[in-house]
Amino acid sequence: MTDDVVPVMKIGDTLLVALQGDLDDTTVIQIEEQLTREIAHTSATGMLIDVSRLSVVDSFIARVLARIVAMVRLLGAQAAVVGIQPAVAITLVELGVPMGHLDTALNAEQGLALLRRLRHDDAGADRP
Amino acid sequence: MTTHAATDREPAVFEIAHEADLIRVRKVLRAEAQTAGLNLVDATKLITAGSELARNILNYATGGRGRVSVERVHQQGRQGVRATFADGGPGIDDIEAALADGFSSSGSMGLGLPGSRRLVDDMTLTSAPGSGTTVVIVKWQR
Repeated sequence: MTDDVVPVMKIGDTLLVALQGDLDDTTVIQIEEQLTREIAHTSATGMLIDVSRLSVVDSFIARVLARIVAMVRLLGAQAAVVGIQPAVAITLVELGVPMGHLDTALNAEQGLALLRRLRHDDAGADRP
Repeated sequence: MTTHAATDREPAVFEIAHEADLIRVRKVLRAEAQTAGLNLVDATKLITAGSELARNILNYATGGRGRVSVERVHQQGRQGVRATFADGGPGIDDIEAALADGFSSSGSMGLGLPGSRRLVDDMTLTSAPGSGTTVVIVKWQR
């Protein structure tokens, strides 16, 4: 698709997205739209958003990340944010951005394990 | 504290008028933070606070325009970075309220000012209705 702004890898039924560089607001919104499309158009049941190469995450970017995760869930999949830099984590907590409801993991490997667990919980909840 | 800090040289001054200027603010702050010897966490806090304040200008100032100046300061052998965000917008009626968590005149989460204040060592806000807003932040080397 021509308006894709970020490369997305599909590993099994999980989409892996790595964000990097200095993101302006327009790019962040475009990424949000692209990722929502990708989940809807593929049969992926999970998405990992790797932010390990983002050296700054301000309240706007954080808010959009939370929105992406919420939308992925609405579309019937699971999403997690992985690789938040320690300095970014400290900054977000002091800034006061509410991210407690976000599923996060230290890295992509642990993120995959987290998605497996979330999917399992989902499946388990459906059983009597 | 800020008022007595000496500056090293002429500040970098530039206009905030477009979204791309947010990235410029982050870049300039990152470069100055490195030169001033701020550690990674402090530099990240400073850059993030600057990004929030610059976005405030884009969102709230008249025509989304303002001016940022960034300079290195030193005091008692310590180096730091001072950044000034000025706009000629509508100003703020109640500064105390604007600095309180959860306050927002625009329906956003209202994290910008109180959140930014927590990220820096010193923040002063000068404003009056109709005469714009100036926010000065300082982050010192540990």
